[in-house]
Amino acid sequence: MSTAFHEDEIIGAAYDARLMRRLMGYVRPYRAAVALAVVLLLLTSAASLVGPYIVRIAIDEHITPGRLEGLGVVILAYLGALAAAFILRYAQTYMMARVGQHAMYDLRMELLTHLQRLSVGFYTRHPVGRLVTRVTNDIEALNEMITQGVVAIFGDLVTLVGIVAILLYLDWRLALATMLVLPVIILFTARFRAVAREAYRAIRVRLARINAFLNEHIMGMGIVQLFGREAREQARFEELNREHLAAGMASLRSFAIFHPVVGAMSAVAVAIIIAYGGAQALAGTISVGLVVAFVQYAQRFFEPIEDLAEKYNILQAAMASAERLFRLLDEPVEVEDPPAPVRADRVRGEIEFRGVWFAYESAPEHDWVLRDVSFHIRAGESVAFVGHTGAGKSSIINLITRFYDPQQGCVQVDGHDVRRWDQRELRRHIGLVLQDVFLFAGTIEDNIRLGTSSITSEQVRRAAEFVNAARFIERIPDGYQAQVQERGATLSVGQKQLIAFARAIVHNPDVLLVLDEATSSVDTDTEILIQDALGRVMQNRTSIIIAHRLSTIQHVDRILVIHKGRIAEEGTHRELLARGGIYTKLYQLQYRDQEMRHDT
Amino acid sequence: MSRRLHAYVLGHRRAYLIGFALSLLSTGLSVTNPWVLRLAVDGIRSGAAPRLLVGLAAAYVGIALTGGFIRYHWRMKMLGAGRRIEYEIRNDYFAHLQRMHQAFFQHTRTGDLMARAINDLNTISRLVGVGIMHSFNTIFMFTAAGTLMFAIDRPLALVVLGILPLVSLVFVLLGRRIHRQYEQVQEQFSTLSARAQENFSGIRVVKAFAQESAEIATFGAINREYMTRSLRLARTSGALWPAMTLILGGAAAAVLWQGGQAVVAGRITLGQLVQFFGYLMMLSWPMIALGWVATIVQQGLASMRRIETILDSRPVIAEPPDPVRPERLRGEIEFRDVSFAYNGVPVLRGINLRIPGGATVAIVGPTGSGKTTLVSLIPRLFDPTGGAVLVDGIDVRRLSLPVLRGSIGLVPQESFLFSDTLEGNLAFGLEGGDGSRAREAAETARLAPEIAGFPLGYQTVVGERGVTLSGGQKQRATIARALARDPGILILDDALSSVDTRTEEEILQALRRFMATRTSLIISHRISTVRGADLIVVLGDGRIVEQGTHDALLAAGGLYADLYQKQLLKEALEADEASTP
Ligand SMILES: Nc1ncnc2c1ncn2[C@@H]1O[C@H](COP(=O)(O)OP(=O)(O)OP(=O)(O)O)[C@@H](O)[C@H]1O
Ligand SMILES: Nc1ncnc2c1ncn2[C@@H]1O[C@H](COP(=O)(O)OP(=O)(O)OP(=O)(O)O)[C@@H](O)[C@H]1O
Ligand SMILES: [Mg+2]
Repeated sequence: MSTAFHEDEIIGAAYDARLMRRLMGYVRPYRAAVALAVVLLLLTSAASLVGPYIVRIAIDEHITPGRLEGLGVVILAYLGALAAAFILRYAQTYMMARVGQHAMYDLRMELLTHLQRLSVGFYTRHPVGRLVTRVTNDIEALNEMITQGVVAIFGDLVTLVGIVAILLYLDWRLALATMLVLPVIILFTARFRAVAREAYRAIRVRLARINAFLNEHIMGMGIVQLFGREAREQARFEELNREHLAAGMASLRSFAIFHPVVGAMSAVAVAIIIAYGGAQALAGTISVGLVVAFVQYAQRFFEPIEDLAEKYNILQAAMASAERLFRLLDEPVEVEDPPAPVRADRVRGEIEFRGVWFAYESAPEHDWVLRDVSFHIRAGESVAFVGHTGAGKSSIINLITRFYDPQQGCVQVDGHDVRRWDQRELRRHIGLVLQDVFLFAGTIEDNIRLGTSSITSEQVRRAAEFVNAARFIERIPDGYQAQVQERGATLSVGQKQLIAFARAIVHNPDVLLVLDEATSSVDTDTEILIQDALGRVMQNRTSIIIAHRLSTIQHVDRILVIHKGRIAEEGTHRELLARGGIYTKLYQLQYRDQEMRHDT
Repeated sequence: MSRRLHAYVLGHRRAYLIGFALSLLSTGLSVTNPWVLRLAVDGIRSGAAPRLLVGLAAAYVGIALTGGFIRYHWRMKMLGAGRRIEYEIRNDYFAHLQRMHQAFFQHTRTGDLMARAINDLNTISRLVGVGIMHSFNTIFMFTAAGTLMFAIDRPLALVVLGILPLVSLVFVLLGRRIHRQYEQVQEQFSTLSARAQENFSGIRVVKAFAQESAEIATFGAINREYMTRSLRLARTSGALWPAMTLILGGAAAAVLWQGGQAVVAGRITLGQLVQFFGYLMMLSWPMIALGWVATIVQQGLASMRRIETILDSRPVIAEPPDPVRPERLRGEIEFRDVSFAYNGVPVLRGINLRIPGGATVAIVGPTGSGKTTLVSLIPRLFDPTGGAVLVDGIDVRRLSLPVLRGSIGLVPQESFLFSDTLEGNLAFGLEGGDGSRAREAAETARLAPEIAGFPLGYQTVVGERGVTLSGGQKQRATIARALARDPGILILDDALSSVDTRTEEEILQALRRFMATRTSLIISHRISTVRGADLIVVLGDGRIVEQGTHDALLAAGGLYADLYQKQLLKEALEADEASTP
């Protein structure tokens, strides 16, 4: 319910140097390779400089005097230099590609690893499509910078410094006059940088929006089509796409302006040389040759600057992506593991809520979902939560599994605050069946086992039989090896629930079994079979069951009735009936059938 | 170039032609600069007036400014066209997705479709932008330099010309490999994207089962493979540019060898040889660009192929060529000897069922017996493999799709909401956001009281798929969404599974009024939900096993009666348990 859900707003002043330094951190492990690439680059330049020199030898020593013998050798030398340049250049390119790919790999892994630590709450606030954009496209932009930017920028800078040195050495006054345009270029570049950065940021933001939109609408395409929304969704998509286009055009424009301006500045510099240097030459203070040399050097001086501008393009794109990536990497882990978690090989499964107040929103004053909830579940006890929809039943589960932390009060498992447990350790002891079934693309077996490789195929089969899923699985052509499509699209909903159930059973939770509406869409026969099976599983295990059908909770030791975020009633089925409260009403409603039969 | 891409490019031929003309102009202008410089140098040598120098300097700047102005428009035209084409293809791509049938989405991964829409289109944009721009430029430069070379010395020019086949050879050798390897990279990128997408969507399961490390490992393997493939591509495409330089160098060596002899033999002067060299060097940038452009083109074409795979897949379910458009559907539904199979696996067999307009029909049956499949044939989410489904006596395949779907309100078994406001979600199927209809529907679905309790009410934004709502709230929102359309046919697929009994009872009560005048199909596992229906159909293993009213079926003593007994038995057990003190 966050209003910032769609907003991936443009963030304020970012500090290039800091960003850059952080980015370079990912290149640092490969600095040897980068250094090698730089050396290769210098060698390549050297090898290509040898060319003109050899040509001069050919002309001066062979062609001009008309001595053809030996020319072949010179040309062979020339070819040798070419071959060397070829190999060096190729090696350098590949070297940087390697660095780029490795850095990208590292960054992607770091990002994904970080994302695994972020809380469930984070994921409800951020559209999946946007996160996907970060892990894919944004990192890709960085790669381009590393492969094409880093070394080339270095090369350009070396050239630039070299030319400045030569110019100053030749004639420092004329050199300074030539460089009069530099401040203008620097100023202009600064301005350009701001514009280009904005444009690139806008592109990144809009790209992520397109991705978020696509993600949602591809998954919900059936709904779109059923409700005849195609035209309007098309219009919305085109709007997002148009915004992306506009941002693209803006960045294009800034570059289309930048290049000619640098070109014009270079022309101004040459003009200065012609006018000022020419006058000097006319006065005889300097030679004509010097003027010509200056003109040539000046032109070469602006080449790397234009090239740098091109690299700048890539750099800006990378910076815009880097900002977003780092922001994601810096996203605080809301639900954090303690530095020294409690250690437990066995969990007894005692659960206690003490004065728990909880709201999903960070400003909770108006919207408490749980209000002062306290209860105690003994180890091995089975408990059911019942209550109207939206009463807060699933939210209680969210706190036990520590998907969220409460604002007030504490939740304890085995007498330790859940905040003192290592999250994964805690959850490993909990077998959870969620209200919304989620299956991954993969085989049925993979979906039951998930990534827990210690679970054997035999165990998977037993779990499937246990929840009565085996019957339908075995009838599918490939059985357990049948591919389940994304989200289990090719299974019926009841079948998916059974698989999710088997998944919880096979992970053999030590103690806790939490079933949130686990069999809501399962037929009566199967449900009866499951009920019997459950009776056995729940023995000696703390179990929590949420169900709207009271028939599914007949085995439990105790029932807690949740009403508007509070525990309204508590007791066994009989006690609650005797009390004549909310539970009684629920019960009567459900079993009117029964009574009607008794009446007739 | 693919035909389709061709058409997109032709759509912008004006921009491209202007861009081409501008590129000619700017190249023409840029060769005047050396000429101004020569005048200046000659002027200094001959001791001309400083004013002349200033004039030349001004001319130099003026030419550069004009050139800059032209280059600005040149870039804007050509690259702008590239971006516009990207925009157009992306729109068409999404429009096409919207036409695709349900089964298509079940077999294509979301992340894959997303990667194509973003990544591949990016590459295509480069192809039709920078790629075409530099191709033009390169061709032009080649022609210019070539002509000048021929003007100097034919035999020497022929030597250079003889080298050119080598360029095509490199392209043929490397180009195809780049194409293939790039396709493999993109494919892996899609896998990566799909995996990330699934991980984020299923994060609750990942966390609940402490699968973080396993997920990271799986992702790591995919990521590593992506790196391997990218590097394989880099090994090939990285050779392209150096190879071009090498070929050019080879040409230079040949010119030196042949030209040197020509000079010695007196056929050309040394000055001409140097000039010839100058032109050869003029080709060095286009040659490099050629290598670069070749990569862009190969990658762009590979990406276009990936887009076309999607664009070429025809929707199996589409508007008929000559659709029947009745004013209003009465809602009489008939299944005539319908059979259905998913990829050859039969799910429904010989279904014959007539539902009169306005009737309420309930469908019960075990998990996986084909209930959802049966009802999804009505709005044509799938088409039957045998037999026909008729609405108002017309085969649904002959009805106009918008009319058919427009008169159906379906509540799917799994709730799906969009990350929009509640109001936006409820009014999803309404033309023009008629808020009052949505509110009324929320009343009927018994969602209104809870919405009133939210601080932002109907303006509350629900997360993706509606994750910020409770299960029951989500389900009722989808019911309200269907009711708000005021459909002639209402289909509830297990749509009350996640609400409590009281709410279920209330909703059914409110719905009864609604359903009285409409054809309704209700799928449920609960006798209590279906007993009031005009007709109850019991599905078993894809066949209709029994049908009749509640009483008739009970009397028949078949599967339904058995189901009834079981549900009663459970309840009776509890009731007894409860009534014993
Ligand atoms: N991620 C979330 N962000 C914000 N609000 C939430 C979130 N999840 C649930 N809520 C709200 O908290 C309240 C309690 O929801 P909860 O899921 O605990 O209900 P429940 O008792 O399990 O209901 P049901 O029986 O329908 O599943 C609801 O009003 C719901 O809208
Ligand atoms: N898209 C699909 N591709 C392949 N097989 C499918 C697909 N959808 C469903 N099936 C299979 O078809 C059969 C019938 O599925 P259907 O969803 O119609 O069952 P159902 O009666 O609605 O079950 P439930 O009560 O669990 O919802 C099941 O065996 C299921 O695995
Ligand atoms: Mg179903």
